[in-house]
Amino acid sequence: MCAKVVKSQPKKVATTGHVWDGIEELNNPMPRWWVWIFYLCILFAIGYSVAYPAWPMLTRATPGLLQASTRADVQAEIDRFDAANAPMKAQLVATDLTMVGQDVTLNSYALKAGKAVFNINCVQCHGREGGGSKARGYPTLSDNEWLYGGDLDAIHTTITHGIRNTSDPDARNFGLVMPAWSERALAGPLADAATAKLTAEQIGEVVNFVFKLSGQTADDAKALAGAQLFADNCAACHGEDGKGNRDLGAPGLTDAIWLFGGDEAALTATIAAGRGGVMPPWGFAPEGGLARLSEDQIRAVTLYVHSLGGGE
Amino acid sequence: MQGNRVKRCQGKPVGTKGRKMVDYFKLIALAGVFLFAAMGANFAHDLPYQVNAIEVMIAAAITFIYVIRNVDEEVHHDQGQYLDSVIRAGVIATAFWGIVGFLVGVVIAFQLAFPALNIDNVGGMLNFGRLRQLHTSAVIFAFGGNALIMSSFYVVQRTCAARLWGGNLAWFVFWGWQLMVVLAASSYVLGGTQGKEYAETVWYIDIWITVVWVAYLAVFVGTLVKRREPHIYVANWFYLSMILTVALLHLVNNAAVPVSIFSSISVPVYSGVQDAMVQWWYGHNAVGFFLTSGFLGMMYYFVPKQVERPVYSYKLSIIHFWSLTFMYIWAGPHHLHYTALPDWASTLGMVFSIMLWMPSWGGMINGLMTLSGAWDKLRTDPIVRMMVVAIGFYGMSTFEGPVMSIKAVNSLSHYTDWTIGHVHSGALGWNGMITFSVLYFLTPRLWNRERMYSDKLISWHFWLATIGIVLYAASMWVSGIMEGLMWREVDANGFLVNAFADTVAAKFPMNVVRGLGGGMFLTGALIMVYNLWMTVRGQPSRAAVYAGVPAE
Repeated sequence: MCAKVVKSQPKKVATTGHVWDGIEELNNPMPRWWVWIFYLCILFAIGYSVAYPAWPMLTRATPGLLQASTRADVQAEIDRFDAANAPMKAQLVATDLTMVGQDVTLNSYALKAGKAVFNINCVQCHGREGGGSKARGYPTLSDNEWLYGGDLDAIHTTITHGIRNTSDPDARNFGLVMPAWSERALAGPLADAATAKLTAEQIGEVVNFVFKLSGQTADDAKALAGAQLFADNCAACHGEDGKGNRDLGAPGLTDAIWLFGGDEAALTATIAAGRGGVMPPWGFAPEGGLARLSEDQIRAVTLYVHSLGGGE
Repeated sequence: MQGNRVKRCQGKPVGTKGRKMVDYFKLIALAGVFLFAAMGANFAHDLPYQVNAIEVMIAAAITFIYVIRNVDEEVHHDQGQYLDSVIRAGVIATAFWGIVGFLVGVVIAFQLAFPALNIDNVGGMLNFGRLRQLHTSAVIFAFGGNALIMSSFYVVQRTCAARLWGGNLAWFVFWGWQLMVVLAASSYVLGGTQGKEYAETVWYIDIWITVVWVAYLAVFVGTLVKRREPHIYVANWFYLSMILTVALLHLVNNAAVPVSIFSSISVPVYSGVQDAMVQWWYGHNAVGFFLTSGFLGMMYYFVPKQVERPVYSYKLSIIHFWSLTFMYIWAGPHHLHYTALPDWASTLGMVFSIMLWMPSWGGMINGLMTLSGAWDKLRTDPIVRMMVVAIGFYGMSTFEGPVMSIKAVNSLSHYTDWTIGHVHSGALGWNGMITFSVLYFLTPRLWNRERMYSDKLISWHFWLATIGIVLYAASMWVSGIMEGLMWREVDANGFLVNAFADTVAAKFPMNVVRGLGGGMFLTGALIMVYNLWMTVRGQPSRAAVYAGVPAE
């Protein structure tokens, strides 16, 4: 039983005469349109490589008749915008932050620039339009609750120096965290900072007291015991009345706004393991280096954050 | 029907002289590998290395037992018979890894739409970053690689009228390739990677790939050399160019120095933009030679066989083969437009990509025009329909590729979903569909069955896969172009308008559609596996059908 030879076309185009496992090949010419488009593509390629940098020589490549350079193009575009924006930038740096709002043009420029800076540098943690992330403890910037103050100067300082980072000595809360209170301090970077120890039962009592402070349903007996523990251990930072302390970045505990969540599990975790969010310094130039953002950018983003809704 | 007997040839048993010695050497070598792997598992610096070492131990032990049980057994390679058992195994492996690869693809597609599917608490093993490499390697090298190896073994034997050269070397190639796939897959999920796209396999797996690939080259060239046909058929040119070029690409791109003999980590010998250029020279030609040339080899044999028409133009096949081979190798820099790569390299990458358009289409023309005089088969034969759609997607994506290589287009399309859509219209449409049609062609023949279990199920597979690909490609065009436009949007002062997260949020609906398209493609492939299984299990064998029919 051998393979059936595949029949030629009815048009009687000759085959090459070879047969492989029943397969024949016709001797059709190459389609003309195919050949011509192929030639045109080659011509285009030659023309393009004459016009643009293309052929590598001994020391450098041919620059092309058009002297084109993608790096020069992008630099020209950056320079054009820089030149156009330079007066505005200068004006923004020179104007007192609280006075920017008086100048409609400057204010509009600053908010647009600030939004761009925010969308590139801040949005990863603080979310679109400052929505924050409760799961990871990144503060919301669009409400009226501020850990370190929400007026323009306070925001400017926070952005310039950051929070609890190890690079800028002027960072807010440099080396200061909420300690881990658990008797069996949970493993983690903050475990060593545990100062006083609370038992699991005592932590439960403090949680209930915080429930009471924040107007959630609480176990009264536990909350009563928690009140004393709170006064002894927590009030130093969070205040006798639990309203927080901006000098220490200690959040208020009396409302429904929570940085890390306000339910039992979240509060227990916070008290047991401690907290200490970090924000990098955006205006700090390390020795021999550059700051991440220039002063005009910091001012712009300050104004933008202030405009998100909760600016004081 | 093509029988399994080689034409014009007498059976010639191979002598067994000196075979015992060879077996003893093999046993000593396997014992050595086993011991070294045991040491490696003990002294490993990292988890991927340790797990890989244990896998090598197991593989060496199994091979040791197999060899020791067969010492002194007389091996009879009947030169009058084609070696088809290894191709049957290849068909099974192709179908199996295809399902694995598609499934992981659907999972990661939905991970992009719903990040919660990146399951925590399993040490990162099921994160997108690890599964993505598993997906690409599973579909390209496990599914595509097995399809190429198995189909080339089939084609080279039939078109050379000779049994595969090298005795059981073809089996070594088969099992060696499966071992590579298992090693690579387990190292990826444990975090072992070189961080080079499509070349993620760590250094010792790269060495093993080289060994297996050289054996593959030897089997293929050995068979060509002992062919009984006067000329080498065009399919074999394409397969051979694939094997040779992939060997070159693999060796150059994976040049790296391991930090320790017991570690999976290595340092590449190139750095910076040179490393990037070598990587994309490799990456682009992995597409060019693995996924284009190799699969064109498939097309040149299986399309004329299935439609029973001669190949359209011999001349076109020569010209487009050589122009494709010459031009493809220079097109890699188009992956690095507007990067640290010098402008001149970028220009050359672009113009070679544009010149590549017609050479690529030569294959499409030859494939489609082979149907002239048999277009009616499109209506009656779902396998032909699948082949035609495969060639259609080949033509579409080899047009899209040169368009995307143009710098102005690339500045919009680069890094966006458009690229992903482009890759998948090639991979699902061309590589996937042509491979499915080959599996449908081969299964009845290799298992000696009269026909496929169900033509209707092939039709179902065809429509599910086609609609799935269209959903995939269309959603990625929309998503990619939108993403590109959003990224570049600046206001009058030159400030960016959108945050990256805005583009991610905007892509959500398209990501879901993409996942659904992938799901349809996977469903079609599952139907295929069922159909193949039922063909092997349930169909009457061809011998029974033809009983009583006199030989032609």
